[in-house]
Amino acid sequence: MSNYPEKLQEYLDDFGFITSRDERADYLIQISDEFKPVPESIATQPYDEANRVVGCESEAFVWAVDREDGTLDFYFDVLNPQGLSAKAMSAILDQSCSGVPLEKVASIDDDVIFTFFGKDVSMGKGRGLTGIVNTVVYEANKRLGKI
Amino acid sequence: MSDISSRGYANPDKLVSTQWVADHLNDANVRIVESNEDPLLYPSGHIPGAVEVDWVKDLNDPLRRDYLDKDGFASLASRIGITPDTTVVFYGDKSNWWATYALWVFELFGHTNAKIMDGGRLKWTNENRDLTRDRPSITATTYNAPDRDDSVIRAFRDHVLTHVNAGGQLVDVRSPGEYSGETLHMPGYPQEGAIRGGHIPGAQSVPWSRAANEDGTFKNSDDLKAIYLEEKGLNPDEPTIAYCRIGERSSHTWFVLKNLLGFSDVRNYDGSWTEWGNSVGVPIEK
Repeated sequence: MSNYPEKLQEYLDDFGFITSRDERADYLIQISDEFKPVPESIATQPYDEANRVVGCESEAFVWAVDREDGTLDFYFDVLNPQGLSAKAMSAILDQSCSGVPLEKVASIDDDVIFTFFGKDVSMGKGRGLTGIVNTVVYEANKRLGKI
Repeated sequence: MSDISSRGYANPDKLVSTQWVADHLNDANVRIVESNEDPLLYPSGHIPGAVEVDWVKDLNDPLRRDYLDKDGFASLASRIGITPDTTVVFYGDKSNWWATYALWVFELFGHTNAKIMDGGRLKWTNENRDLTRDRPSITATTYNAPDRDDSVIRAFRDHVLTHVNAGGQLVDVRSPGEYSGETLHMPGYPQEGAIRGGHIPGAQSVPWSRAANEDGTFKNSDDLKAIYLEEKGLNPDEPTIAYCRIGERSSHTWFVLKNLLGFSDVRNYDGSWTEWGNSVGVPIEK
């Protein structure tokens, strides 16, 4: 059984049924429409470079804020207004990882991007998307004392 | 931004304005092509009548690290409904980064009747011009493509090595961190592409985005000369090679040097750092 966050697994299962490039694009665009940028109560521009996702050419940023129950709230922003893929990935992680046990978040393999974006995702784009995933995983691992 | 014709470019006819595109949406002799880094952009809304050319799916060989061949290009051209006489206008995201890449590939097949819409997708949307999700109905054409000609505007590794040993001009268009090799030594982040960091000896560092304004348009000739000629000391009469990681960003710079500044001999090294930084025995500087 998967140890992934439940919502993430739901997304993975949904995308596992998609075989058409157009259908995949439509679903990702729909998810990107659900993207919520980081609230001003958490961060305002210019953002701290420590929160920048290294290697993401759409200029994605990630924040992890500790909750009292020991989990994390994750926040995201994507400065490139045309960075739809980065927004979609961020929206998926936002919905899947905030308030979720750290062990589940830490278990996420960055290979998930290939399920969402297809196996032919370009190296540059893949680098950015895996960067967003791994930044989230890194924050969970840090709280777990594994880093 | 000033009119294209007044910016002092060497080949101003390689650029068209958003208004020009708007005026030619129904011109049977013009084909508008969107080419992006993010494949979600075209289906999310594009210029009415524009077709999509995806650099991964449409321009690259699916097996070998190379571009499509003559038959592949003919098939692509047929699908998007062009003939050798069609004026193809490319636009896209990232200040036309991928649009210039697609234009460069088209020119490998001799389709030089190709232009860039200045400002790209960003400018079109910022001007609140129409976008549509409707895919155009295209009648397939017959396109007798020539063999791909890599001899003029494309550079391969051995050519680059010879060029380096002769003290030739190179432009590294990556970020300063990639140029110095620093980004291959930061722990904890996914690293891809090369075993070694640094740059090709003799290369000048000019990140590609320095050629673009914030609105996605190309800087004017005076501003470009200030960067490439005055600041970096590049000689437009000397053979020049531009590179990045896989030749995508360097296509933008190739377009600038060749068409806007009129460099006489400029090539794109598409093997770029993913090849050079993984090659045994080639020289590297940091």
